[in-house]
Amino acid sequence: MAAPQHVDDNSFNEVVIEAKMPFLVDFWAPWCGPCRAIAPIVEELAGEYEGQIGFGKLNVDENPKSATEYGVRSIPTLLLFKDGKPMTQIVGLRSKAELKKHLDASLT
Amino acid sequence: MGDPYELIIIGGGPAGLSAGMYAARSRLPTLLIERAMPGGQIVNAELVENYPGFPEGISGAELASLMERQATKYGLEISVAEVDGIEVAGEQKTVRTSEGQYHAKALIIAGGSEHSKLGVPGEEELRGRGVSYCATCDGAFFRDQVIAVVGGGNIALSDALFLTRFASKVVVIHRRDQLRATRILQERAFAQPKIEFLWDTVVKSIEGNSEVRQLRLMNVKTEAEALLEVSGVFIAVGLRPNTGYLEGVLALSPEGFILVNEQMETGVPGVYAAGDIRAGSPRQVSSAVGDGATAAISAERYLSSI
Repeated sequence: MAAPQHVDDNSFNEVVIEAKMPFLVDFWAPWCGPCRAIAPIVEELAGEYEGQIGFGKLNVDENPKSATEYGVRSIPTLLLFKDGKPMTQIVGLRSKAELKKHLDASLT
Repeated sequence: MGDPYELIIIGGGPAGLSAGMYAARSRLPTLLIERAMPGGQIVNAELVENYPGFPEGISGAELASLMERQATKYGLEISVAEVDGIEVAGEQKTVRTSEGQYHAKALIIAGGSEHSKLGVPGEEELRGRGVSYCATCDGAFFRDQVIAVVGGGNIALSDALFLTRFASKVVVIHRRDQLRATRILQERAFAQPKIEFLWDTVVKSIEGNSEVRQLRLMNVKTEAEALLEVSGVFIAVGLRPNTGYLEGVLALSPEGFILVNEQMETGVPGVYAAGDIRAGSPRQVSSAVGDGATAAISAERYLSSI
């Protein structure tokens, strides 16, 4: 099963912006309880959407540049990119069903 | 879908996990349905200081994972799904979820509550861009900045105290002239030089283009308006119950909490409520845990009587 790959400030452009598929980035930090809660959901989705949507995790503590660039001031935030542009911003803990709706929308 | 269970518990916070542990130890085939991850509201708590047995306090996330371990150790089954509705007429109850339907003879509803919104312009638009409902999640984004906390209860003051680690100043905005929060938190907040209070004040709107820049405030006594420049606002104005799908199914209080008696019975045979979601709950981890135990014992008694 495909696990979300680790994305950092240096690799962001190459991995996320230049991705051929839609790409979901999970902005998180180790001190954030709800981030720990959403992580396993994102992992499951990475498996279910393998080959259709790319998945990554970005630690905002270690990579403040990307978080600032995309105006992330709340975590967990999931940013869904399509064609190199942020398409949907999902803030806070959400159910898997709700996340799937956003992911499916990016595939149409 | 699935084998028929004796008991289904909706919600995996302290009330649900406590009920699940009791039920599992009674060897009742029990399913707990949680929409995200066990723990509920406490996963947002940096430190839980008022749960007996942890004199140094314990992080909410750690306490949640210990409670989960203790419940599953005895065989509690946990599924992740979002509940859309329940059917409670007759002996067999049905729980409709995002992942399908589940059936059991008894239900314990322990779905907890969510933070209330202020309901002012700008709140929704600037969520995640300076508007936050979780200080432990987002505090670190506001290093050396001026931020506001709206509310006067325990969560508001805990948030304000936590945020002083990062912010240069924390302004607590409260609509009354005294706090609801417990005394020890008030003492700490009044002693913290970075915290200022604005009394008798409400937020009229949250303003900013791509991120929060200022709050439009009004003094409720004088009706004078004022602007406060902040880069973030943390909203802690109370909790509302997750009972939208229960309207017309169970008896609810005017605020939407489930009405129960002291056995946690809802009035529908075999259906119980526990924790923050029930009317009159003091909304503490310790009271939720007690409710969960009471509800599980009531459910067990009901199941052996039918």
